[in-house]
Amino acid sequence: MANFRFRTARLLACLLPVFMAGCQSTQSPDKTATAASDTQNTFLGANPNPYPSTYSPIEGEPTVITNVTIVDGTGQQIDKGMLFFKQGKIVAVGSTVDYPANATIIDGQGKWVTPGIIDNHSHLGVYPSPSIGSLSDGNEMTKPVTPGVWAEHSVWPQDAGFVKALAGGVTTLQILPGSANLFGGRSVVLKNVPNRTMQDMKFPDAPYGMKMACGENPKRVYGQKGGPMTRMGNVRGYRQAWSDAQDYIAKWEKYEQEISAGKTSTPPKRDLDLETMAGVLKGDILVHMHCYRADEMVTMMDMMKEFGYQISAFHHAVEAYKIADKLQENNVCSSLWADWWGFKMEAYDGIRENIPMVASAGACAIVHSDSELGIQRLNQEAAKAWSDGNRAGLNFTLAEAWTWLSANPAKSLGIYDKTGSLEAGKNADLVLWNGNPFSTYTKAERVYIDGGLAFNLNDPASWPVSDFEVGQHVEGEAQ
Amino acid sequence: MKKALITTLTTLAITMAAQAQNIAITGGTIYTQTNQGVIENGMLLLKDGKVEKVTETINVPDGYQTIDATGKVVTPGLVGAMTSLGLVEVESWAGVVDASVDKTQLSNTGLAFDVSYAINPDSTLLDVSRIEGVTSAATTISYTDYLFHGQGSVITLQGDQPVLRPRAFTVLDLTGHAAEQTGGSRAALWVTLNQLFSEAAQISKIPGPAEQWYGLTTRADIPALQNIINGKMPLILEADRKADILQILTLKQQYPDIRIVLMGAAEAWRVADKLANNNIAVILNPEHNLPSSFEALGATLENAGRLEKAGVTVAIGMETHNIRLATQHAGNAVANGLSHAAGIASITSAPASILGMQDTIGALAAGMRGDVVIWSGDPLQVTEYAEQVFINGEAIDMQSRQTLLRDRYKALYKQSDKPTSHYIIPAQ
Repeated sequence: MANFRFRTARLLACLLPVFMAGCQSTQSPDKTATAASDTQNTFLGANPNPYPSTYSPIEGEPTVITNVTIVDGTGQQIDKGMLFFKQGKIVAVGSTVDYPANATIIDGQGKWVTPGIIDNHSHLGVYPSPSIGSLSDGNEMTKPVTPGVWAEHSVWPQDAGFVKALAGGVTTLQILPGSANLFGGRSVVLKNVPNRTMQDMKFPDAPYGMKMACGENPKRVYGQKGGPMTRMGNVRGYRQAWSDAQDYIAKWEKYEQEISAGKTSTPPKRDLDLETMAGVLKGDILVHMHCYRADEMVTMMDMMKEFGYQISAFHHAVEAYKIADKLQENNVCSSLWADWWGFKMEAYDGIRENIPMVASAGACAIVHSDSELGIQRLNQEAAKAWSDGNRAGLNFTLAEAWTWLSANPAKSLGIYDKTGSLEAGKNADLVLWNGNPFSTYTKAERVYIDGGLAFNLNDPASWPVSDFEVGQHVEGEAQ
Repeated sequence: MKKALITTLTTLAITMAAQAQNIAITGGTIYTQTNQGVIENGMLLLKDGKVEKVTETINVPDGYQTIDATGKVVTPGLVGAMTSLGLVEVESWAGVVDASVDKTQLSNTGLAFDVSYAINPDSTLLDVSRIEGVTSAATTISYTDYLFHGQGSVITLQGDQPVLRPRAFTVLDLTGHAAEQTGGSRAALWVTLNQLFSEAAQISKIPGPAEQWYGLTTRADIPALQNIINGKMPLILEADRKADILQILTLKQQYPDIRIVLMGAAEAWRVADKLANNNIAVILNPEHNLPSSFEALGATLENAGRLEKAGVTVAIGMETHNIRLATQHAGNAVANGLSHAAGIASITSAPASILGMQDTIGALAAGMRGDVVIWSGDPLQVTEYAEQVFINGEAIDMQSRQTLLRDRYKALYKQSDKPTSHYIIPAQ
């Protein structure tokens, strides 16, 4: 597996320490900002977390699944194993495990348990169903550099797609803004527990991501609107913006130094675009970059070195197989489709073995959807890639292939310390499948999120219904 | 073990492609898609490009090359129910795309357009699709501002003359999208449509260049319209909403000879009995289960299964670059209530009959085209695949631009752990 670098253990509260009164105060108690203070020798910073998670897990009960095939997400498989979880956490996984007498026992005979699927590329909520102009909130197509927009402010939690994805075993998903812009805005990571507000779904303490896009989309959208209209124009656009962000950081550092030195100083004006980019340069916000072509991805990796940040993952990287070695060297993940190709020029060289070829080079491979239908059966997408790879002599076990669906996307989102594998101490985000999860005919029977039963295939009455679906003539019947 | 078999098959196939001959495929589970049903451990004979016969006993006549398909599954070549194969290489922003038609003086309806002139047998999409079992397909215009999507062709995916039947069908959009193009309301769309049909029904002879013509149609549109009304050319109607489907049933009462097929059809299950009674088949995407518009509030994974139970013929496979995913789509329909038999039919015999091609493709019966696939296992399983495809009685070369790109980069990594700076040597 790729030697992937973890850079985001810090809490969200300290996401942008340079700017933050709260974080600053913990380091320098004598300089704690007073509420609404306008004195100019006190550090004034932005609230790093103005839209905090209000997620609360579904209540669960201590549960043990016995006699089940376990795919643990780290590449291991245990036949006829046992898994015990309680209070939202996985307690033990093994051939036999200890569990208390009061635990609910589920007989897993003939069934499989895997970590919940994590889709790191979804537009649910920002391009919801129904897909109509009124609800189309995913692309701030007004200028090419808009890192200051946050996808979470577009997410409509009533999108029926969340529930359907849940039925497909998706426990966590990253919602990204669209790919029209060089810098498209911030992403948000959600727990797939449909609720009234985005904040009720927001994954506690997950770092933010920032969407960037290469190639065809920005030049097509802006070519006749002031540019960029070429790939070289795209790169100029990124570099100028990074340079502006460096300048912005320097201004805040100067201000901070002056305050530290006891001087009076005026804080720089906040620029929300540059604030997000500064967060990336500080290592607190993860870059998720829409990029298809191998040559462009290499340019982007050079640009990341030029400005000193890390790309977490290339998304849609249809040509990743051509530079799998370079992706491995640079610790950049690739979020991939199993077989989409050809719909535009930069997707023309798609091959079915992209995912296993990337994995085979030791790079971090991820199966992603970018689709409200595809997200419902990512296990089948992984199955196709696995089968195609094995046919081409790239021999992975099913358990190794499952890392493309849980561990690797969790790493790309900076949440692998919390979810993405079935290991003691991690969140009990898991799926009980009614058969081999790489079969077309298998379904997610029970989906647990933080140990709470979020979906039960055998109890249709319990399936969440979105407000939009209520009172329609087919309510309940369509399922 | 399986790998060894594949190698044998591939080697054999390449040898055979050079010298077309009579072939016996023995063993295996044969889905005939005829009254013979599914034959376990049977024999299929291919002769002169056609299916000679299918038998339950294995007794290979002299002069036949035998291919052992024991433990495998044999089906007719898949029939793409609705594609733009041969009309598009890259869809977006990449030069001419013959699957998209803008306004021209020729037509007022879109009916006059004939895609048989535009099909390119050298399209890379054909290689990509046929190595995965797709041997023929309906192909037509995917995007136009007109109501009708021209006259589509049925094509084979091999050879310089791919058109099996030109002007084989037409597609008419009756969704809200079409209403947008026609005055922004179904109140205009349907009256326009009725006017077109009644106009064409009244004309006995196409007006010549010297004659005055004040109709809604152009002269070039009229013959196609007449072929629809008299049932010579199937009319494939795209609609999702229950109310629209009921309106289509009314059209069928008015013009009983029209051979109507429903496409898209998210809410078709709500009127399944009526569709069955009117003998209207449905082409659908069984994975469409979201309320993607106010027309598809009743979209469900169980659409295909519910239609089958009512007695409606269901066809699956509505993509172009990825028509190869029809097997996965059918598999998911089976996972949600469609019978496995109807699942296989939905990608073989059902689209063939919908297109009026049931005597030529989509089944393994004496005299039909020798389009056959040997699968590693159940074709509807995502982990199984086409091991060898035969088109017109010949084993095809199981390569595509995609497999060649794959091999080229596999070879590159094989050269050393760290690929060198010089350009890639083509795979040997």
